[in-house]
Amino acid sequence: MSTDLEALRDGGGWDSVVAPLLDRTWRDKPGFIAWLCTVDHKAIGRRFVFTAALFFFAAGVMGGLMRHQLAEPDNSLLGPDFYNQLFTMHGTTMMFLFAVPMMQGMSVYLIPLMVGTRNTAFPRMAACSYWIYLFGGLTLFIAFAFNTGADAGWFAYVPLAGPQYGIGRRADFWNMLVNFTEATGLMVAVDIATVILKMRAPGMSLQRMPLFVWASLVTSIMIIFAMPTVMFGANLVQMDRSAGTHFFNPAEGGDVLLWQHLFWFFGHPEVYFIFIPGLGFVSEIIPTFARRPMFGYDAVVLSMIATGFLSFGLWVHHMFATNLPELGKSFFTAMSFMIAIPTAVQMFCWIATLWTGRLNLRSPLLFVLGGFIVLLIGGLTGVMVGSVPLDLQVHDTYFVVAHLHYVLIGGALFPLMAAFYYWFPKVTGRLMNERIARWQFALFFIGVNATFFPMHELGLNGMPRRIYTYAVETGWGTLNMAATIGAFIVDLSMLMFVIDAVRSFLRGQRAGANPWGASTLEWSTSSPPPPFNFIALPVVSSRDPVWSRNEGAPTHVSGLQTSTREGLVTTVLDAIPDVRYEYPAPTIWPLVAAAFIILWLVWSIFSLQGALWGMIPPAIAFIAWFWPRRDETAQGAAVEKRP
Amino acid sequence: MSEVLAPGGPQAAHIAQLWWLMLAICAFVFIAVTLALGCAVLRARRATSETAPESPSTSGEKRVGLWVKAAAALSMLLLVILLGASVMTDRALARLPLDDALVVHVTANQWWWDVVYEDAQPDREFRTANELYLPTGRPVIVKLDARDVIHSFWIPSLTGKKDLLPGRTTTIQFRADKAGEYRAPCAEFCGLQHAFMTLDVVALAPASFDAWADAHRAPAATPSDPMELRGRELFVSGSCMLCHAILGTSANARSGPDLTHVASRAHLASVLPNTPVALAAWITDPQVAKPGANMPAHFLADADMRALLAYLGTLR
Repeated sequence: MSTDLEALRDGGGWDSVVAPLLDRTWRDKPGFIAWLCTVDHKAIGRRFVFTAALFFFAAGVMGGLMRHQLAEPDNSLLGPDFYNQLFTMHGTTMMFLFAVPMMQGMSVYLIPLMVGTRNTAFPRMAACSYWIYLFGGLTLFIAFAFNTGADAGWFAYVPLAGPQYGIGRRADFWNMLVNFTEATGLMVAVDIATVILKMRAPGMSLQRMPLFVWASLVTSIMIIFAMPTVMFGANLVQMDRSAGTHFFNPAEGGDVLLWQHLFWFFGHPEVYFIFIPGLGFVSEIIPTFARRPMFGYDAVVLSMIATGFLSFGLWVHHMFATNLPELGKSFFTAMSFMIAIPTAVQMFCWIATLWTGRLNLRSPLLFVLGGFIVLLIGGLTGVMVGSVPLDLQVHDTYFVVAHLHYVLIGGALFPLMAAFYYWFPKVTGRLMNERIARWQFALFFIGVNATFFPMHELGLNGMPRRIYTYAVETGWGTLNMAATIGAFIVDLSMLMFVIDAVRSFLRGQRAGANPWGASTLEWSTSSPPPPFNFIALPVVSSRDPVWSRNEGAPTHVSGLQTSTREGLVTTVLDAIPDVRYEYPAPTIWPLVAAAFIILWLVWSIFSLQGALWGMIPPAIAFIAWFWPRRDETAQGAAVEKRP
Repeated sequence: MSEVLAPGGPQAAHIAQLWWLMLAICAFVFIAVTLALGCAVLRARRATSETAPESPSTSGEKRVGLWVKAAAALSMLLLVILLGASVMTDRALARLPLDDALVVHVTANQWWWDVVYEDAQPDREFRTANELYLPTGRPVIVKLDARDVIHSFWIPSLTGKKDLLPGRTTTIQFRADKAGEYRAPCAEFCGLQHAFMTLDVVALAPASFDAWADAHRAPAATPSDPMELRGRELFVSGSCMLCHAILGTSANARSGPDLTHVASRAHLASVLPNTPVALAAWITDPQVAKPGANMPAHFLADADMRALLAYLGTLR
C-alpha cells in the first residue's frame, strides 16, 4: 500500500526539484492583505466550514433558549415577539447559513483534492461567494441585534411576511439574506460542478469517481435548479413590500399560495441537498473503516441521482392542508413514498459493506452508525408524514419538528461529525482524541434522542409548532422538560467536541498522509496538503487509487508549468487530458465586489433608489476584477498558453 | 392523552387506524434494519487502519447482493401497501355522508375565531366567537376564511387540518360522534399570539345543541338593574362598540369578537378563564395575558368597571 502512495507522489516527494518551484508559484504571500486576497480552495473551504460552524453554534444557542422557554408551561422567560424572532433565526440560520454552506465548504475543500487537481475551477468566484456568505450572514445577525430579526418563520409565508403584516424591516432583511445565501450557493455549485466534470485527474472516469464526489455533483446540480425559485420568490415578496406590487395580495388578484409553491419547490430539494452530501460522507467513511471497496457502487450512485430527481416532485407534501386538489395531493404522497427507496438502497449497501468487511471501529465509523439509526427513524416518520391523511393530523405539530430533526441530524449532522473526525487529520495534520470522541458520540446520540423522540408524542398530543408557551392544562409539560434535558446533553457533547478540536489542533498527535489507510486521492498527499495540493497531478487507474492501480499504468502527469498556476482540463466522461488551464491568481476584487453587492442590497431595503444606484459599485468592482493585466498576458504568451 | 389517537368522530378514527398500520409497519422495518446493522457490526472481523484492504470474492458479493435486492423489493412492497392504505383512508375521509349537514362559517383573525352558524332562513343565522358548538351524530361542513394572514383549523380528536387562506374559501367536513369538549389550536404560524388562538369545541347531544343554538339566536336581553344599565350605556357610548357587537344594542362592529353571549363562554380570548376578575384584568390591559393582542388597554374608574362587568355578566 505504501508503495502506491509513493508512486502517486511522483516518486520524488518533497525532495523533488519541482516542489519548491510549485511552492513559490502557489503559496500566498504573507500578510493580512494577501490573506484577504487568497483564492486557495483549501483556505476558502476552511473559512466556509469555520464560519458555518460559528453560525451553527449561534443557531444552537437559539434552539437552547427555545427549549428553555418551553421546558415548563406558562413560562415567561421569553415573550412572543422575541420567541418568534428566535425560531425564525434558528431555522433560517440552520438551513441557509449552516447546512448548505457547511456542505458546500466541505466540497470546496475536499473535491479538488479528491479528484486530483490543484484548485477549484473558478477560484475567484469561490472567494467572492465566501465573502458574500460571510457579510450576508453578518447582516442578518446585525439586524437581529437591533431587534430587526426576521420573525415570520424560516418559510416566511405571506401575508405574514408581506407588506401589511410583516412590520418594520424584519422581513426585508430575511429576503435579502435569501439573495445573499442563494447567490453564494449558486456560485459554489457552478464551481464544484465544473471541477468535477472538467478537472478530474486523468483516468478518473465517471465510474471511478469517489462517492462523495458523486454526492457533490448531484447536490450542485440540484442547487442550480432549486435555488433560483426561492430567490425569485423572495424578490417578488420584496417588490410587494417596497415597490407596491401585488403578487401575493389576494385583494388585488395576487395569491398567497404562489409563495408556498415557489418556496417549497426550493425548500424540499434543499433537505436533500443538505443530506445527500452527508450520505456521500458515509459512503466514503464506511469503505475506509470496513477495509473494502463500497458494496454496490453503481446502485449507490444511481440512488443519489434518483434522489436528486425525485426530490423535485415532493414539494406539495408541505402544502397538504391547503385547498389544492385532493387527487393531485395523492400523487405527491406516492412520490414521497418513492423517494424512500433510493435512500433505503443506500442504507442496505452500507449494511452489506459492513457485513462483509473487517471493521476498524474508530470514531468516524461510530458517528456513521449512530447517524444511521437516527436517519432510519427520521426516514420512517417521513413516510408517515408523506401520507395525506396522516399528515393532516401531524402537519405543523411537534411530530414534524421531531421528524425533520431526525432526518437532518441523522442525515447531515452525524455524517458531518464523522467527516470532521475523519478529515481533521488531513486538514490540520493532527489526529483528534479518540477517547473524547467516543464520549462525545455517546452523549450526542443520547442527547439527540432524548431531545427529539418525545416530540413525536407531543405532536400526537396536539402541540402545534411555533408556539411560545402553552397552558398547564395541555399536559405537555413533562415531555417538554425531557426534551430540554436532552438539549442540555447535546450542548455538553458539542462543548466536548469544540474543546477537543481546539486541543487537537494545537497539540494533537501528528497524523501521517493517510492515518486511516483510506483509498481516495486526498490521502495521497501530505497532511495538511501543500498549497498546490499535489507535487505532480496524479493519474488514476482504479476506483480506489491509493489501494490499487493497474500495473504499468502511468502514475502522474508531467510536463505542466511550475512557474504559472497551471492545471489540466480533462474530458467529462473519461477524464482524458484535454487542455492546459491557467488558474487565476489571488486578487482583492472578489472581496470588494462582495462588499459592494451587500451594500447594494441592504441599500435597496431602505430606498428604491438604492436598488438602482447601488448597482454601480459592484459593476465597477467586477470590471476591475476582469480587467486584463499586461504581465499576465505576457506570461501566458511566454509559456505558450495559446499560440 | 394522545388527542390524535382518541378519536371522537369517524374522520379522526380513519386516520388513527392508518396511524396504527403505519406504526406497525415502520416499527417492523426499524427493528429489522437495526438488527441487520447490529449483526453486521457484531459479526464482522475487527481491523485497524493498517489492515490491508481486500476486494471481496465475486460469489460472496453476489450472495450479499441478493439480500440487498430482496430488502429493496420488500421495502417497495411495504411502501405500496402503505400507499394503498393511505389512498383508501383518503377515500373514506372524502365519503363522509353529508346529508342534513350543519353549515358553519369560520373566519380566522389575528388572534381569534369568528363563528357564524348559517341557515337557509337568514333570521335563524347567529354568531359567536372562539367557540364551536356541534351536535353529535350530525355532519358539519365548516367554511373557512381568513381575514388577515394564514391560519389553520384543526380539531385533533375530530379531524385533520385545513388552512384558512386569505382570498380562498376552503371547507372541511367532519362529524362528532362522542359528546365532549375538544381543543382546536390554530395550526399555522400566524404571528405573535399563534400560541393562544384556540377554539373551544363542544359536542352536545342534538337536543342540547338545539337548546344552545336557540339561546344564541336571541339578542341580548335589556338588563333591569341600574348598575347593569349603566354598564350597557358605557359599552355603547364608549370605545367598546368601535370593535365589538352585542345583538340587541347599537353596538354592531365586527373587527372584534361578537359579545352577545360572552358570559356563557368558557374562556376569554382563548387564554383566560371567564371570570369577572379575569375579565377586568383583560379589559384593563390585554397585553399582560396576551402580548400583541389587538385590543387596546382601557383604564376605567372602579365604579365604571364594576358596572361594565355587571352588564357583561348578564350576556349569557
